[in-house]
This record gives sequence, C-alpha cells and structure tokens, in this order.
Amino acid sequence: MSDVKRHFDEFHPGLIKELRAVAMGEALVISPGDLRLVALALKKDLGFDMLIDIAAVDFKGKAEPRFEVDYFFYNLARKTRVHIKVPVASSDKPEVDSITDLYPAANWAEREIWDMMGIIVNGHPNLRRILMWTGFEGHPLRKDYPINKRQPIPVLDVNLIPERGKHS
Amino acid sequence: MSSVTTKQIVVPSERDLGAKDMLLNLGPSHPAFHGALRTQVLLDGETIVDAASELGYLHRCFEKHAEHATYQQVIPYTDRLNYVSALMNNVGYCKAVEDLMQVDMPERVIVIRVMLCELSRIIDHLVCVGTNIVDIGALTNFWYTFNVREKIYTLLEKITGARLTYSYTRVGGLIRDLYDGFGDDLKTVLKEVETAVQEVTKLVANNRIFVDRTRDVGAVTKEQAIAWGFTGPCLRATGVDHDLRKANPYYGYETYEFDVVLGEKGDTYDRIMVRLEEIRQSIRIIHQAMARMPKGPIMTADRRIRLPDKQEVYSSIEGLMNHFKIVMHGVVPPKGEIYSATEAANGELGFFLISDGTYKPFRLKCRGPCFPIFAAYEEIIKGSLLADAIAILGSLNVVVGECDR
Repeated sequence: MSDVKRHFDEFHPGLIKELRAVAMGEALVISPGDLRLVALALKKDLGFDMLIDIAAVDFKGKAEPRFEVDYFFYNLARKTRVHIKVPVASSDKPEVDSITDLYPAANWAEREIWDMMGIIVNGHPNLRRILMWTGFEGHPLRKDYPINKRQPIPVLDVNLIPERGKHS
Repeated sequence: MSSVTTKQIVVPSERDLGAKDMLLNLGPSHPAFHGALRTQVLLDGETIVDAASELGYLHRCFEKHAEHATYQQVIPYTDRLNYVSALMNNVGYCKAVEDLMQVDMPERVIVIRVMLCELSRIIDHLVCVGTNIVDIGALTNFWYTFNVREKIYTLLEKITGARLTYSYTRVGGLIRDLYDGFGDDLKTVLKEVETAVQEVTKLVANNRIFVDRTRDVGAVTKEQAIAWGFTGPCLRATGVDHDLRKANPYYGYETYEFDVVLGEKGDTYDRIMVRLEEIRQSIRIIHQAMARMPKGPIMTADRRIRLPDKQEVYSSIEGLMNHFKIVMHGVVPPKGEIYSATEAANGELGFFLISDGTYKPFRLKCRGPCFPIFAAYEEIIKGSLLADAIAILGSLNVVVGECDR
C-alpha cells in the first residue's frame, strides 16, 4: 500500500490528500476531480487491473462532506489491494466521474451508487436505476430515507434494449 | 419438344422470408433461468443480436436492513445472500466484524468454519453443475449431483438445525459444537460425493454431445474476465491463477494442501470442469481439517462478545453488568471501517463495514461475486445462439439472492 502512496508522491504530487488508517490497512483520500487521473495511474502504472467494488456512504449529520464513494481495486499480479476514498463535495448534488471506460466492471456498480445513494455519475453510458424500478422516488440507502417507507410498484412494460442510454 | 429449363435452387435466408428481429424476454420467471433474473434479447432467427439485463426482482435492501439491526441480528440476513451456500456468507460477515474488533479466535472455530465453508462450496458447485447440465439436456447428472447434495444437507441439518438458512456462526464463534460421531458421518458423505463427482465427470467429460454443446460456448478471455471483475471459478476457468485462499490467505488456508484449478479457454465446458475439480480439492481440504480438528471452546474468550459464565453473573457485579450489556446492546465494535473478503463459492465475497462505535453497523456494503458476473452476461451472449445463452447462464452460476441483495 505504501508503494502506491510513494508512486503518487513521486509522479503525481499532491494527488493523495490523506492517508487514512482503516482496520487491516489504509485508505487513500483523493478529491473527486482527480478520480479519473488516479484510476488511470492505478491501472496503467501500478497494475491494479481489477475493480472489485464501489460503495457509497452517507454520513448525514455525522461528518462533512455528507457523501463519500469508496473504490476497491485489486492487483492480480502482486495480490494487493488499494482502497480509494472520494469525499463528494456537494451534498445537494453529489457527483463523481465515471470510470466505466477504464474499468468496465464499474458500469453496474456506478448504476448502483446512483440508484441506492443518488450519486450522479458523470459520463456514465447508461445511468439508469438498477435494483429499484423506473419511477422509484428517492434513494433508499440515504440516511434520510425511512426504512418503513413503501412505494407502489407500478406495472410497467419496459423494454430494456430500446431504453438503454436514455437516462431517467 | 420443349427443352427442360433448370433453375438454381437458392435457399432463402430468414431475412428474405420477411423475418423481423424479435424481442424476447428471458425471465424473470422462467424454468431455465436460475432465479428471478430478466434478460431481454433481440433475436435474428436464433441468433442473439443484442441483450440487456435487469435485476432487482429479489431485492430486499439487505444493506438498509443491516443498518437497523444489531451486529448479531445481521447474520440471518446474510443467509439469504447466496442461499445455495449460506454458511459461507455467515462466515464472511462474521469474519469482517471479528477482524474489525480484532478478536482472538479459538482454533477450533476456525477449523470448523473452514470445513463447513468447503462443504458449502461443494453444495454450491454440485447445484451449479447439476442444474447447468440438466438445462442442456443431460438429466441423469442432475440426480447424481442432487442426491449427494441432499446427503450434505442432512449432515448440515444435524450440525446446525437448518437445511438452507443456517445462521450457524456468531460474531466470535459458533452457535453450537459438532455432534458426536460427526466425523464418521462426514466420511460416508464425502465418499458418496467423490463417487458422484466421478460419475458425472465420466458421463460428461468426453461426451461428444456435451462437449459440442459447451466447448467454445460463451468463451471469455483472461483480459475480459479481469476487466469485468470476475472472481472465483469463472475467472479461474479463463486461466487466471487467482484464489483468495492462496492469494491473501485467511483462516490458515496456506497450511492446507490443495490446488487452484485452472481452465484454458474460459468457456462453458471449462467452467463446469473447474467446478467439478474444485469439489475434489474441497474434499481434500475437509479431510485435512478433520485430521487437525483441535479441541477447545467454540466461542472466543473476548469479554466484549462472550456472555460471562452464569456463576460469574450471579456472584459478581462485573459479571452481571457484562451480561446485561451484551444482552441489551450486543456486540459493539470500535469506531472504524474494514473491507474484508473471503473466497466464496462464486468468487470474492466482500463486506465493507463501517462502525460508528454504536451497536448497529453504520454502513454495510456487500460485494456479491455474482453482481459483476451477471453484468457481463449481456456482453457474453451477444452473437451466440439463444439455446447457448441458457447454457452460459447456468455455468456462470448467478445466484440472485446475492446479486440483488
């Protein structure tokens, strides 16, 4: 992990804002604007060829900024992981850039953070809901979404292929 | 006499006959689709031109539920993730919490967990192979695999009290110990599993019909598999040597002797064969685990987790308070976060857990291995035949409970 930090300090000074200790490792905090740059460096220079997962967290009332997106990468050759934290600046209109073109595995994961947490993913080819249905209101994993809230499930005849690419 | 005129017979294509592209829904409720999945395919004749998948039919918002339950109460929810090998989810989740709390785990718990995980892996692979092969027309194998799966279920029922949703682990240990005579039962069952796997392998491995039906069907290259985030047997079938049990060993997997099974072409045939061989490797691990099974407690001695002895509760105020805190609030990890991954039957099962120091998880994100695998399904089946799409889906072993969470 410290290799990653050292690499960034040498070639991209200032990109890593903070090295935060998490249980059994460390996380690198970057600013949202640098995400694509970091992802590209991780992929091309550092050999992190696999995107394992993307998770969004809502810290409403606990911390500022409210939203944070966590990226987990894996280096198959060296069997190491890296955990990237992206605090999202705005809490009204949280946005991150898409890395789907760099890591195709991000496609559905980014749709999920949009669907469940309402993080807008700029440049995503098909930013539609994934677990919830079209027409669902709100984002269920946000802390201000009540756990017992119910919404009517509409009877929709949605054609998936023609709908692709139309953002809802 | 009129001369005979000849005319070249031209076989008309489907297009010439006025065929149009057809939109066809596979699922969400279809016997050949394993679970409530929906993929819409655009067909030109029998060839898939385009495809798009949809999920969410089995979505229960596990992650939201987890935020409103105590750490121990989350365990039954994890059963429903990959319900084919539920024990592995129990173990994966408990390991995340224990790692966050840095609990000192008794050796016996770890060995029992390893053994049960491998038993679950066997069930998962048996179900996957059995249903996959029955989908492409080979019914006999289904009985072979499901007969022994039933035997393992009976065995697990005797240990855990449940057949499908075990909730057998607890943060810090297990709910109950193995019963007397378990070792003998296990040996009998494993022998039967070995026979069944042997029989299925013999039936299909060189079977011309089976090979034609699966070879080069749904082939995935190494690069594609890595880019799509494949893990587990689907990744190994493409020839990438990656198994978390070897790569980032946990629970002492580095001390067990077993091989990482690799395929070559990453097609349906390889995926099935990798699973069959992994069952044999799991049997090896179970034998080693049983041979080293240490004696000892099945719950950690950590006072933050373990209920104190009754004697202590009745005779000292510290014991009483300890008991009260654990009963009322349960397990309380320190503030912090962790990403913990285990090698489940389908690949990397990850839990990203954030604790704010209270008795409920602040955020729990589950990385189910099926999610990225199913995401690639629409790409894999493009250009293949409709019937092959069914064979491919079965070999990817998408379990919707884990995909939809």
